[in-house]
Amino acid sequence: MTGPWPLRLTLLAAVGGLAVFPWVGDPFYVELVIHLMILGIFAMSLDLLMGYTGLVSFGHAAFFGISGYLLALMTPESGGLSIWLALPVCLAGTAVAALVVGWFSVRTSGIYFIMITLAFAQMAFFFFVEHQDFGGTDGLFVADKPFVGFGGWQLLDLRDEHSFYFFTLGLLVVTYLLLAMILRAPFGQVIRGIRANEARTRALGYPTQRYKLISFVIAGTFAGLAGFLEAAHTEYVSPSHLGWHESGLVLMYVILGGMGTLYGPVLGAFVMGLLHDQFQDLTEHFNLVMGFFVIAVVLFLPDGVAGLVARLGRARGGGPADPPR
Amino acid sequence: MDIAQFLVQVLNGVQYGFLLFLVASGLTLIFGIMGIINLAHGAFYMFGAYVAFWLTGVTGSLAAGILLGLPFIIAIGFLIERFAISFLYSRDHLYQVLLTYGLILIFNEMQKILWGTDFYSVPVPEVLSGSIPLTENQAYPVYRLFISLVCLGIAASLYLVIGRTRLGMMIRAGASNREMTQALGVDITKVFSVVFSLGAALAAFSGMIGAPVSAVYPGMGDHILIISFVVVVIGGIGSIKGAFIGAMLIGLADTFGKVLLPELASMTIYALMALVLLWRPQGLFGRPAT
Repeated sequence: MTGPWPLRLTLLAAVGGLAVFPWVGDPFYVELVIHLMILGIFAMSLDLLMGYTGLVSFGHAAFFGISGYLLALMTPESGGLSIWLALPVCLAGTAVAALVVGWFSVRTSGIYFIMITLAFAQMAFFFFVEHQDFGGTDGLFVADKPFVGFGGWQLLDLRDEHSFYFFTLGLLVVTYLLLAMILRAPFGQVIRGIRANEARTRALGYPTQRYKLISFVIAGTFAGLAGFLEAAHTEYVSPSHLGWHESGLVLMYVILGGMGTLYGPVLGAFVMGLLHDQFQDLTEHFNLVMGFFVIAVVLFLPDGVAGLVARLGRARGGGPADPPR
Repeated sequence: MDIAQFLVQVLNGVQYGFLLFLVASGLTLIFGIMGIINLAHGAFYMFGAYVAFWLTGVTGSLAAGILLGLPFIIAIGFLIERFAISFLYSRDHLYQVLLTYGLILIFNEMQKILWGTDFYSVPVPEVLSGSIPLTENQAYPVYRLFISLVCLGIAASLYLVIGRTRLGMMIRAGASNREMTQALGVDITKVFSVVFSLGAALAAFSGMIGAPVSAVYPGMGDHILIISFVVVVIGGIGSIKGAFIGAMLIGLADTFGKVLLPELASMTIYALMALVLLWRPQGLFGRPAT
């Protein structure tokens, strides 16, 4: 893991906590935490774009949904598909979709980038809504969970809730490490440079368009990983998975958690997801509470939850410094 | 498609374009002058439609409903600008997106609390309920024509106010250079209040006058918001002229898309937007990004 040692320790402790949770937690919450971890992967993928490359995508859910649809369409009625086929196809399909959308989108910037990514996501949304072969507004069921094993020998039974939990936790950690590695590599320095000052980065001789496109494809592919897990977990995918409400939510996880930290967006997904769950129990009008909550965060917590943690850490005379901006 | 059918479709497309223009012009003004991305703009449209439905039921007349309802919505717009949006002028667009997203959640939930999730319809006013025969079996409803004419009138007065009056001059100055306008002694916060309330009023009016031809339903604000953003982006952000051309393009593309390519209808407008942005990344009448 990267970062100063108090942060590393905290993150290790968090992963440790997640690892023992299935044995102490209520089955309902085990199910919920799987969902939250999937959203965490999804939010981290968007953070690569927003927090590090400086590209705000309002259509990131498209890749989340497309991957789920690919899994649903591929899985035969007769039983689970081998994950060694299903996962690569879903990821490759999402990467191609991200390449096409990105190729168009990275030519624009700022608000226009926000809008063109939204437009592509809406196109994908209506494509799935209006084609009855893809289930229309009802969506599609995934016939069975993917099979993890070699030949007839099963390595991990994803139908078992605990196995799925650890599978997802493993991928959450892998995603974090891979993204942290990408960000530490020269590539990561260049995309940070683009965020800080694109013209200057270009003047240094870097083809910034190409770097932005690659970043877009990587982010889309990880969103595809999250979409794959979500569809496999719930065994269901619907157009709402790629709707603009979903894109707005994941944007909120990233900002709420703190952009440009990777772990912040995961935190954001957990906080929002848990609040959503709690309010849902308290009142049927939980969206009202969520709305006020979001507004309060914007007005009073400008750097998200991660920023608050950093501020508290500083107030005690230690902790990580502000990320460069 | 014969000529009468074609004419009906053109008129429908233009009428839809006019309604879109009313919503999109507010959106583009608010972005161009205040630098605010207002996702909650569609909520004013939705509230307009619901208030029209409610007050038309109470008073029995759509005109009375509009006259009573508009000041109410303008007041809401004013309060929102004062107590939420005004804190965000110096912040990144991202936070504006987030805050106004929060407002959408609140507005949509309020709508559910006040009116439930049923679909409602508003009757066309008696005087305007006739239709004009085009051929033996084709007719065009008077009310749709009426919408187009009223919207044309509003578009023209908007053009005159912005191009010819002192307030319009301040608005244009604020759009091109906010700091300089302020330095010249214009109270820019007042201009912002006026622009935001005006935008809310235009969106609400569009929802009110359009209510008899489209149903009044939950989520109608979200739908119009996304399409209005497409209009604004095609036309170029901050340009009223662009919003007008963009609204007409989208109105016609959507109407003809539904007739000619029914299976791809909802995708046509987004495809159109992608094409325009490829050709001109800053929109048809937008200033190139610096």
